[in-house]
Amino acid sequence: MKTKKQNHIVIPQPVRRRFYGHGIPGVQLDDLVGKLIAVEGADGSGRSTQIARLVVWLETTGHGTVQVGLKRSTLVSEELERAQEGNILSRTTLSLFYATDFADQLENIILPALKAGFIVLADRYIYTLMARDMVRGMDDVWLKNLYGIALEPDAVFYLAVEAEELVQRNLSKSATLDYWESGMDLGLSRDMFDSFVQYQTAMQAAFRQLQKTYGFTIVDGNHSVDAVTVELRKKIGAVLTGK
Amino acid sequence: MKTFTELNFSGRLVAVEGLDGSGKSTQIYLLKRWLEAEGVRVYFSEWNSSELVKSATSKGKKRELLTPNTFSLIHATDFADRYERHLLPLLRAGYVVLCDRYIFTAFARDVVRGCPPAWVRGLYSFAALPDLTFFFKADLEVSLNRILEGRPKLKFFEAGMDLRLSSDPYESFRIFQGHILEQYLAMSTEFNFVVIDANQRVEAQQEIVRQLVSRCIDLARFKRRSPLPLPPPMRRPGKAVEFDDEPVE
Repeated sequence: MKTKKQNHIVIPQPVRRRFYGHGIPGVQLDDLVGKLIAVEGADGSGRSTQIARLVVWLETTGHGTVQVGLKRSTLVSEELERAQEGNILSRTTLSLFYATDFADQLENIILPALKAGFIVLADRYIYTLMARDMVRGMDDVWLKNLYGIALEPDAVFYLAVEAEELVQRNLSKSATLDYWESGMDLGLSRDMFDSFVQYQTAMQAAFRQLQKTYGFTIVDGNHSVDAVTVELRKKIGAVLTGK
Repeated sequence: MKTFTELNFSGRLVAVEGLDGSGKSTQIYLLKRWLEAEGVRVYFSEWNSSELVKSATSKGKKRELLTPNTFSLIHATDFADRYERHLLPLLRAGYVVLCDRYIFTAFARDVVRGCPPAWVRGLYSFAALPDLTFFFKADLEVSLNRILEGRPKLKFFEAGMDLRLSSDPYESFRIFQGHILEQYLAMSTEFNFVVIDANQRVEAQQEIVRQLVSRCIDLARFKRRSPLPLPPPMRRPGKAVEFDDEPVE
């Protein structure tokens, strides 16, 4: 980036925060001076690439960063992994298990890091979890209550990539499609390719529905990696300066 | 929220609730023995016993990693696993399911831990209500003494030490149990608890339990050698309902 005053480090401006619902009892919202940025998107949407780039950019420009993501909690990540391998959990159970994983990271990583003034980058937040559950027929009201504990991020980006393009990216990367990312548990089709396309299309519809409630930014992930980075930086830059 | 009977399940669910040391586990065990001897298809399920979730729960407890929210969520996960994989299919198949603690345990404990009541109830809104819920009400001192005499080493979360009520585990346990009892009593009418005086002799309580169970449930229908009752059509008047997809209000 060619910036005129490279040495000037922006101090993020405080904003009025809120939890989506009841939140976490005893948290002083005004103390959470850091910023919470969530990036959502399917595998192959460029999520991890973009987050890695954002970390470099943020740290270079003087901001401390912390990363969180799905299935990374101390409390349940191993158990969740194991349960998924066997695909033995039914949907309410899986949903609550993921919510536990999220709550553990929220309380033990996200909130303390925000208090300490870090920029927290969430490699997927509650929206992916909600979209997955919606596609599996879970009740909207139930989900909304469940994730009422979540803090509203300062910015949420959904990297939207066409299902057909996702197939190509996933296959070129690992020559295989992930069982869960193909929604194979739903029995949409025995053909993994078909199932993947159907499932990802349904996920996109769920995200667009969630967007109406939660108002996040939909980024066209079909664009080049650089173009997406530019867009993300611009929007996050605005979040940091409070403009 | 509706009971399994109201939802046209062919099975029936009986739950027992009460403080630690109220004698509820003894009572439900004796109920199970009786039903088995009667030839009833019966299944027993205990709070916090899902194999899948167990390792996470015990790690969380041992290392004191749990906050009120994660404590609540992990128990809800455990419950959901048992509910979806065991209780629902068994109740569809016409079993009498006995639960040592049901959702009311979460309603009481999690709220004492500071979780908002509406949130906790919302978490469990996928579960139907028991057809019969016994609440074993012993004097606080009686249940405390039963626990404190028999098992002097109290575990951290069991004693409610996470609530910082007292630095003494015994004192903490007393205060914690007192709060839970208040919560139970407050929801007793709302959820039609059958309150059993748990200060009585074991046999006297069991007598009442068996009487009520046989009055509420037509046990002859649940006996093993009789032909399986055909599952009734899964719909409410005027509206098609799929149990899997429609959470119970």
